[in-house]
Amino acid sequence: MWFEDVLFFIAAIGALAGALGVVFLQNPFYSVLSLVCHLLGLAVLFLLLNAEFIAAAQVVVYAGAVMVLYLFVVAYIGGTDEPLRPESGSIAVLGPVFAFALAVELCIAFISSGLKALDSTGPDISRPAGADTFGSPGAIGELLLTDFLLPFEAASFLLLMAAVGAVVLARRRRGLEDEGTGPMRSRDEPPPTETLEVRV
Amino acid sequence: MDITWYLVLSAFIFAIGVAGVISRRNPLVVLLCLELMLNAGNLALVAFARMHGSEAGQVFALIVMVIAACEVVIGLGIIVAMYRNRLPIDIDEMSELRG
Repeated sequence: MWFEDVLFFIAAIGALAGALGVVFLQNPFYSVLSLVCHLLGLAVLFLLLNAEFIAAAQVVVYAGAVMVLYLFVVAYIGGTDEPLRPESGSIAVLGPVFAFALAVELCIAFISSGLKALDSTGPDISRPAGADTFGSPGAIGELLLTDFLLPFEAASFLLLMAAVGAVVLARRRRGLEDEGTGPMRSRDEPPPTETLEVRV
Repeated sequence: MDITWYLVLSAFIFAIGVAGVISRRNPLVVLLCLELMLNAGNLALVAFARMHGSEAGQVFALIVMVIAACEVVIGLGIIVAMYRNRLPIDIDEMSELRG
């Protein structure tokens, strides 16, 4: 039992330190690496909450795939342009103050919600031998394909739309740099979608 | 550990994300802070799933991860398009979509 408590505090400190690093580090590259640390801490917390499949998906999908995407974009954007102006002004001072007030407010809302089960470690979740354990891939998959089939399909459509949208947004288009030389500009009439496209 | 500890931790992570979104200027870092807020919500969902002893909250967390991945892809696509069109990579300068 004490082992779980120690593990909770280690993972919580790691997650909080990672989150603070994302906000306070100036170089976006280090911010991304700090977010990876945060995600790994959260994965340990998910394991402590008996969410094995979510923890595995967090490490593989989030800390793996999504963060690699971030790193590619940071390496593509960063370093070539002039450095960003340092954050300044009243909002840099007031932002953390507002955020701390929000955190205190959320904590008060959680603690004073009167839910009895908040002060326990949760109900007994042992299953009979042979059945899928709580939070295992089998149990999650069964729920996804029975009770939550519609959100599952909607999520897959959303992923498809996001992939197509990213290709459309980030493709190399004949925009500002070669005005009037592309094959679309051979006639005098301006193509109707052009003003929309260069402004994205 | 009691469920309350997880919820308080999630509240603090969410607040850190809010602070980043408010005060940072680089759109890449703002996207990262949005991730922080979504992850705080995920932690709360999984904690409540444990509190109720049902896996439905974990399925919600999985769907939130899908939404977060979509949001990242579109956001990074917009940032790359801004870079290609030589717009400044700065939140305060991004007023093209203002009505």
